[in-house]
Amino acid sequence: MTRLAREFHSVVCIKQVPDSAQIRVHPVTNTIMRQGVPTIINPYDLFALEEAMRLRDEYGGTVTVLTMGPPMAEDALRRALGLGANRAVLITDRRFAGSDTLATSFALSKALTRIGEEHPIDIVFTGKQTIDGDTAQVGPGIARRLGLNQLTYVAAIDALDRDGATITLRRRSEGGVQVLRSRLPCLITMLEDTNTLRRGTIQDMLRAARAPVTTWSAEEAGIADPMQCGLRGSPTVVKRVFAPRPRADKAEMVVVEGKTPAQTADAVLDLLFAQSPNLEAALSARFKS
Amino acid sequence: MQMQLAAKFKDYRHVWVFVEIERGCVHPVSWELMGEGRKLADDLGVDLCAVVLGPRTDDTKAAISQTYHYGADICYICEDPLLADYRNEPYTRALTGLVDKYQPEILLLGATPLGRDLAGSVATMLQTGLTADSTELRIADDKSLAATRPTFGGTLLCTIHTLNHRPQMATVRPRVMAMPEPDRSRTGRMVWHSLGMAEGDIVTKVLEFVSDARIEKANLAYADIVVAGGMGLRQPGNLALVQRLAEVVGGEWGVSRPLVQKGWAPAERQIGQTGTTIRPRLYIAAGISGAIQHRVGVEGSDLIVAINTDPDARIFDVAHLGVVADALTILPALADAFARRLPGRALAS
Ligand SMILES: Cc1cc2nc3c(=O)[nH]c(=O)nc-3n(C[C@H](O)[C@H](O)[C@H](O)COP(=O)(O)OP(=O)(O)OC[C@H]3O[C@@H](n4cnc5c(N)ncnc54)[C@H](O)[C@@H]3O)c2cc1C
Ligand SMILES: Cc1cc2nc3c(=O)[nH]c(=O)nc-3n(C[C@H](O)[C@H](O)[C@H](O)COP(=O)(O)OP(=O)(O)OC[C@H]3O[C@@H](n4cnc5c(N)ncnc54)[C@H](O)[C@@H]3O)c2cc1C
Repeated sequence: MTRLAREFHSVVCIKQVPDSAQIRVHPVTNTIMRQGVPTIINPYDLFALEEAMRLRDEYGGTVTVLTMGPPMAEDALRRALGLGANRAVLITDRRFAGSDTLATSFALSKALTRIGEEHPIDIVFTGKQTIDGDTAQVGPGIARRLGLNQLTYVAAIDALDRDGATITLRRRSEGGVQVLRSRLPCLITMLEDTNTLRRGTIQDMLRAARAPVTTWSAEEAGIADPMQCGLRGSPTVVKRVFAPRPRADKAEMVVVEGKTPAQTADAVLDLLFAQSPNLEAALSARFKS
Repeated sequence: MQMQLAAKFKDYRHVWVFVEIERGCVHPVSWELMGEGRKLADDLGVDLCAVVLGPRTDDTKAAISQTYHYGADICYICEDPLLADYRNEPYTRALTGLVDKYQPEILLLGATPLGRDLAGSVATMLQTGLTADSTELRIADDKSLAATRPTFGGTLLCTIHTLNHRPQMATVRPRVMAMPEPDRSRTGRMVWHSLGMAEGDIVTKVLEFVSDARIEKANLAYADIVVAGGMGLRQPGNLALVQRLAEVVGGEWGVSRPLVQKGWAPAERQIGQTGTTIRPRLYIAAGISGAIQHRVGVEGSDLIVAINTDPDARIFDVAHLGVVADALTILPALADAFARRLPGRALAS
């Protein structure tokens, strides 16, 4: 994916996910009850979308949103258009069903290659992770397949030099923040709480309802070998789904009736230190010096 | 769906743990994984191997000896100045190079920012399966790795296998596995590997590292004592009661997710499925209902004390000690009681 000196172009990968706050598990069959559960854009992806739009507003150019999913994933794309994205691409095919992260990054990287052929890409954005699969593996998978510089957990983009094709940014790492300089094109997974999502303008909202969404089948996305898609292209398989086993014993309850808060607190400490004499010793030792 | 392992994978043997070293410090999750990896290796009757990547320094040398203390039979080492700061390109090159050459059947990494960044690209290079955020690892009857992880925010668990690909890769969150006792008398074999890269081959440059020590950051995962508050606190100002108790006992403070969403506390203070997993000796939960997404992050605590006005709150199913009372009065009373009873602490109140 070589970048040509044309207008600035970011592609943001977004995933449509069930609003997990409203997910219920069937008490008998242990299956997820999806019926009637509203879908949303994966919340982490909105930080990526906003960052891409912020760069576009500063440097000009285009923001494309891309998703792989069932036909109804078009809703997520229209929502992104309503927020201000310029173009939307949906890849949808029954052969994508059951994709693990390796198969997902394969399909998305093919679609990105096709998009890039028509309109060279400077930055591919993804969210940090999703709220359903929650693996954080798709971003690195895409970067590796397309040979893009992989920049994960990005907290801030400090500078972008389009002529020199360099980018300077801050990346969260253990115990601190790395300030990195890398080259375009690159893949960025954006950290949460790094920006504030804009409200779409009235014009964007109106446009979103009518705007065309480019829809590709596997073949149209440039996938010649369906063996790498969906279940067949997924080395991982889910063998068993089950409910966590509840703990047998409940908490020992501290009697509070007729006690002042101070007496209750003392009772808690008595029980605590009786259950764990080591704890009292460790705590006391800590403050001795 | 039993499949024959392709011939090219038949020779893949042994259990590997990637030892995460950032700026000279080994991340404790690496030793937690060694403890778990030792069990898997023993079940399979194979070696446990550590992978250490880094510059040639005393820190790296110390890390190599420690891998044996924590159970390694063999340590694969790639020492190169280019591995001084974590960067995806040289680390991916080193780890995939080692895997291609020595062919492990299992490869484990911590589900930290570094581990997830590296695991995702290494698995893609190797075209193999990667199970994220596992909470339990087991060898199945057919000798393959069964990795169990929470799904849908912890309401269900699922067990994932990697069919017909090797190595079988998994990441595990810090504090999910127990820390093993080191045996300082153990030693083992060293195998050296060269990176074969020049700085010019690496596109990404590290300009600077801004340490969190300068911006004061929570270390919830490894705190000995954690005090947390939930929506039962009612007002952002009442978080001070949680903070004061934490200070009196010398612990860290945390919150349930809604407090982060409301902006009462920063994201790094969130405990649970989408926050930090904790494993302290003592966890005090005040005004927290005990939703499954919260519970999965605290279940490893040695002792859990819950304070809640609702006697039927689910937090009492996971707590060891329960107090049905108003957290706003019990938290200060507890702080005073600890201050009174801990020598040298009276003045802190
Ligand atoms: C309960 C459960 C557990 C799973 N566990 C595993 C596992 O351990 N290993 C494994 O390999 N697979 C696993 N999967 C499958 C995995 O969820 C799918 O492969 C999914 O398509 C992508 O992974 P993710 O949701 O984890 O995305 P992540 O890797 O967390 O997503 C990172 C970013 O990639 C982008 N992205 C992800 N999916 C899409 C998409 N469809 N379209 C556009 N952009 C996208 C988004 O920007 C997102 O923020 C699991 C699925 C479920 C439901
Ligand atoms: C995908 C997903 C991921 C999530 N991840 C997390 C996570 O990582 N961590 C997390 O914590 N949550 C997480 N949640 C949210 C979780 O489901 C719960 O909504 C949340 O934990 C509830 O927080 P709470 O217990 O503070 O509030 P509530 O559920 O509102 O409970 C408040 C409790 O306080 C009690 N109370 C009220 N007044 C008092 C008083 N004066 N004194 C004492 N007790 C009082 C009440 O009886 C009640 O039990 C997640 C949810 C989803 C869908």
